[in-house]
Amino acid sequence: MAKWEYSPAPESTDVVDVKSSYDLFIGGTWVAPVSGQYMKTINPATEEVLSDIPVAGEQDVDEAVKAARAASKPWQRLDGSERAKYIFRIARVIQERAREIAVLESMNGGKPIKESRDIDVPLSAAHFFYYAGWADKLQYAFPGMKVKPLGVAAQVIPWNFPLLMLAWKIAPALATGNTVILKPAETTPLTALLFAEICQQIDLPPGVVNIITGAGETGAALVAHPDVNKVAFTGSTEVGRAIQKSIAGSGKRLSLELGGKAANIVFEDAAMDQAIEGVVNGIFFNQGHVCCAGSRLLIQESIAEAFVEKLKRRLGTLRLGDPLDKNTDIGAINSREQLDKIRRLVGIGEQEGAEMYQAPCDIPERGYWFPPTIFTGVSQSHRIAQEEIFGPVLSIMTFRTPEEAVEKANNTPYGLSAGVWTEKGSRILWMADHLKAGVVWANTFNRFDPSSPFGGFKESGFGREGGLHGLEPYVALTP
Amino acid sequence: MSRVEVRKTYKLYLGGDFPRSESGRSYEVLKPQGTFLANAVRASRKDVRDAVVAARKAQPNWASATAYNRGQVLYRIAEMMETRRPELASEVAAAEGKRGSDKQIDTAIDTFVWYAGLADKLSQIAGGLNPVAGPYFNLTVPEPTGVVGIVAPESPSLAGVVARIAPALCGGNATVVLASEAHPLPSIALAECLATADVPGGVVNILTGHKDELVPILASHGDVDAIDITGVEDSAIADTEIAAAGNIKRVIRAEGSPSPTEAIAFMEFKTVWHPKGT
Repeated sequence: MAKWEYSPAPESTDVVDVKSSYDLFIGGTWVAPVSGQYMKTINPATEEVLSDIPVAGEQDVDEAVKAARAASKPWQRLDGSERAKYIFRIARVIQERAREIAVLESMNGGKPIKESRDIDVPLSAAHFFYYAGWADKLQYAFPGMKVKPLGVAAQVIPWNFPLLMLAWKIAPALATGNTVILKPAETTPLTALLFAEICQQIDLPPGVVNIITGAGETGAALVAHPDVNKVAFTGSTEVGRAIQKSIAGSGKRLSLELGGKAANIVFEDAAMDQAIEGVVNGIFFNQGHVCCAGSRLLIQESIAEAFVEKLKRRLGTLRLGDPLDKNTDIGAINSREQLDKIRRLVGIGEQEGAEMYQAPCDIPERGYWFPPTIFTGVSQSHRIAQEEIFGPVLSIMTFRTPEEAVEKANNTPYGLSAGVWTEKGSRILWMADHLKAGVVWANTFNRFDPSSPFGGFKESGFGREGGLHGLEPYVALTP
Repeated sequence: MSRVEVRKTYKLYLGGDFPRSESGRSYEVLKPQGTFLANAVRASRKDVRDAVVAARKAQPNWASATAYNRGQVLYRIAEMMETRRPELASEVAAAEGKRGSDKQIDTAIDTFVWYAGLADKLSQIAGGLNPVAGPYFNLTVPEPTGVVGIVAPESPSLAGVVARIAPALCGGNATVVLASEAHPLPSIALAECLATADVPGGVVNILTGHKDELVPILASHGDVDAIDITGVEDSAIADTEIAAAGNIKRVIRAEGSPSPTEAIAFMEFKTVWHPKGT
């Protein structure tokens, strides 16, 4: 197939103003870290340093918790309708500054601008808009129950959707009357710090939202702080498990959104072209840095060969490169560390005997990149069929019957999401009943909406984010 | 000449059967005044594991029964308890004293009736259609968490365990229950009601024994999806929660009287998307 040549179409970075260094956002103001420590944050597509970011130490964490505690009572006493207006304001300013945020997100995280522009930023604004409306309607969400906020929430988020995960955490917490301390991921702090500016712009009362930056130690200190009432974490199952252990017996409420190894299941009667697009979107969206990514493809045996051929052809048309280019499909891998992890697991996949195919594409000289990769001849015991790779790597297996598809799909400790592709309605509903997953996408994949609850079964965590169900992790209910 | 009464051997309730512990152990259960009442089975690690296997095996069919059917089974439990009222009352009185024992039986029976009526309302109360911003059908439904470990409170001996089993069963979970350690006999009397009430074998398994021995086994078991720590002593909660984290168990505790919230605590939420189009 002839390769289409596109002219470069990079988004301008003029709209963003990255400071050479940042402070912590505590009690409504910018505070230099007591720790005196800073780390560099980079652009993973160029390895260029963007800014110096504070590393909050235990004392800084304590100051942030104090600020959130001080703000807690007045924020709880505020009428829900007034709290709502602050949250609506946040939604509006995210919309106003949409382009700036999208460019900054792509610069700091490596994701294609078309994704940050069309998905991350609008969904973040929508999430605040959705939960704003709940703030004065909580009694209708839990009929017959008294609804109270928990108090101070410690929230730790990952680097794959920095602003969107912030929105998923902060919006329901504020709507239910909690104050928060949020720690963005080590590698992607910039949009969270921009969000702190937004809190100032909308005159959010000081201390209601506090943003502290740092790495794992900062997060551990935050969740361990004795004056925190609620811990919310999105990230790996390994860290989630450590957090669950670390707060055992403390009485802190916990919600966890952890790893996944989703099966995307394609039946022989599926609409082939749509399924191909769904499979590609399922695993290559955001370079596969997606907890609910469709990282295992289960194809019905009768169409497996033809499907894989078609998939390989489609892989050849994916454009890997500058995240700021509007035509880019596959951006940069978020960090050196993540790139190493992907390489290691892909190496294991080859050693264990699976057959690898990588789309032919030019890899830029600088930055962190990994080409779209598929493995065929994968068996269920292979590590690439069991472990979350969190990269653009698809493991392909086959099945004969719906029962076999369900058994294989459910055969992991995870249970976050699953995909089903078939034109037969009754089979979709049967599959949806039997798949052990918190989200089932039928004839679509990777769809998100503020009104739609998201979260896992089994070791993918507990608690839901989004929708009415997303309020529950932030409230105490009494009869 | 007065007749010598026939006394009952109290056993475990496991997979629908009433076995003794594979370990052959027992412990003395005392009356309120501190004198010997009976021997109860002191269940072992193996018994816990066997109970989890039985629960895992029974759970899918219990979950796939219609909600209407589950409601009828729960109601049948209440019927069986009502007909065995004198027996239940004498067990509770022997364990905790006569005072309040009748009221406790009322509460226990009425709790099953309450959840019997909830079974086919739960997904309408707790689920729904989500108005997503796009051409998609999007539905959220509650589903059972799976196999749930329940550490029953020490007292009230019967109403306490019923208040935890009923909401878990309502949504389609299978349970492994550690009975009150001091007052285990009413739980075994309850098991005899369950066994005659169309509850499929393995859906409820009741073990008696020492909590300090059994709770850590149940809490750390990799095939138990959630643990209800209502009956765990305060001093043991931290260790129980640490053990539960091994497979990211949901940790649940009683919040109060019967309510949908109590049943929902034993549920997961599944959201299904499908495009709309011609």
